[in-house]
Amino acid sequence: MTELPGDLLFTSEHEWLRQEEDGTITIGITDHAQDALGDLVYVELPEVGQDVTSGGDMAVVESVKAASDVYSPVTGEVTAVNDVLADTPENINSDPYGDGWIVRIRPSDDVADTMTPMEYQEFLDGLEE
Amino acid sequence: MPFIPHTDDDVREMLETIGVDSISDLFDEIPADLLIDDLVGVPDALSEMEVVRFMRARAELDGTPLCFIGAGAYEHHIPTAVWDIATRGEFYSAYTPYQAEASQGTLQTIYEYQSMITSLTGMDASNASLYDGASALAEASLMAVRANRKSKSKRILLTSGVNLTYQNVAAAIAGAQGLVFDRLPLDVERGTTPLGALENTGEAPVAVVIQQPSFLGTLEQIDAITDWAHEQGALVIAIVNPVSLALLKSPGQWGADGADIACGEGQPLGVPLSSGGPYFGFFACRQKLIRQMPGRIVGRTTDLEGKMGYTLTLQAREQHIRRSKATSNICTNQGLMVTAATIYMSLLGHQGLARVAKVSHANTKSLVRALTAIDGVDALFDGPIFHEAALRLNIPVGPVLDELASQNILGGYDLSRDFPELGNALLVCATETKTDADLDAYASALAAVMALQQKQGA
Repeated sequence: MTELPGDLLFTSEHEWLRQEEDGTITIGITDHAQDALGDLVYVELPEVGQDVTSGGDMAVVESVKAASDVYSPVTGEVTAVNDVLADTPENINSDPYGDGWIVRIRPSDDVADTMTPMEYQEFLDGLEE
Repeated sequence: MPFIPHTDDDVREMLETIGVDSISDLFDEIPADLLIDDLVGVPDALSEMEVVRFMRARAELDGTPLCFIGAGAYEHHIPTAVWDIATRGEFYSAYTPYQAEASQGTLQTIYEYQSMITSLTGMDASNASLYDGASALAEASLMAVRANRKSKSKRILLTSGVNLTYQNVAAAIAGAQGLVFDRLPLDVERGTTPLGALENTGEAPVAVVIQQPSFLGTLEQIDAITDWAHEQGALVIAIVNPVSLALLKSPGQWGADGADIACGEGQPLGVPLSSGGPYFGFFACRQKLIRQMPGRIVGRTTDLEGKMGYTLTLQAREQHIRRSKATSNICTNQGLMVTAATIYMSLLGHQGLARVAKVSHANTKSLVRALTAIDGVDALFDGPIFHEAALRLNIPVGPVLDELASQNILGGYDLSRDFPELGNALLVCATETKTDADLDAYASALAAVMALQQKQGA
């Protein structure tokens, strides 16, 4: 498992968030999630401009054995999607916190229920027991 | 893999090993008040001899009439080789292909089938088949709602000649998910959908369904309607007759960009009429929509040793993995019918299929000439048709068909219930199975029936 980047926040759905300087939030799935899914073959991205609700469907990541929903951790508008994933979904496997970013959102309210890297690590350790 | 039943000794040994007295003990967590002893209303079992006698008696009630009914299911000659091969044990009993290493034969057959269907429809990908043409329309409609992300509509617009049974089935299956099926009006002079009706149709639909040939046998203006649908931001779903595709333009070539989904009833490809089924629904689509396509899909790949092999693919969309968000709840395909259809298409090839289509069409035109020569019988439409034609009688159709049936002739499909705006209308079809003598027999019988009924009516 790669070390958890210190500048990110995490959710119990194994997603990470990064607060950007312009007020938007970048979202992806964690290393734990990509490892559990296996080699990704397809990512279904939302449309730029689409509205998302906290806890609602936002994207789908598909591997050979599963198709998992990626939920939005916040209510807001999609400002950017990582189009590169259309041709190389495996970026999520190889670089989940960098090139494997999935969506960028401009939030219209606060982000709720997130964990710090340390809290997420504890959460993961708890799952393994 | 063979089926090996347990003997009583095997059962006793297994029960002893797990420490259970009887098989019924394994179900002891079911509350006693939910258990039944008897199947009330179910008669006693019959022996094989009794069942054979029973079924034979029932089969004899079918008879072997001269059939001139089309209306969605067509009597074509099925070469003896088709079912001779399809009923071989290797084909007949092979079914669920989830374990690829044990199912290469089945998977290859389905892959060949899918290849033939994409070739016939001009699409990029095909699934392993659905239950029938009607449910294929339902699946296509649901797929269009999922795939057409630019549209917020759940309205499906149908041309005037879409099979009404298909529409009713689609509404029954997809209506609960909010899909609405609206039908364009019929031009009663031409038997087609007038292009003028495309204006002022209300809310832009998520998809437009075009049936070609129409239920009435007529040919729609597929290019104009396809282009119009795409301009409205709607997907185009083509319902087509597979035999007709040997002669008519394939859905992949409709309009400027081609249809998006092509589906329909596969029965004409080597499947007998069998009093209504089993049939199979074929389903194909453009590459960009493939992830939204329901049903099983077989893919070709190489194994670890670099040898070519076949496997089910894109399974993450199916309901056993994706559950409520799956593309469909179907987890099967019409394996046996598809095997027969694949053998049929292989034996006939493109030229053979074209011959079937041409002779069927020619026979229908001969039949129409012979029947319209009879007093009181006229052709309803004069535009292009394919192997089916609507006729107008000057008396009600029902009694005429009853009288013909008593003479062992099934004269056609009574249109007056589905299309009341056409009056006393009859849909007739003559496939390549009909000889000139058959056509003469029908014409003579109808002439006599018309004369008699008109005399009685006067």
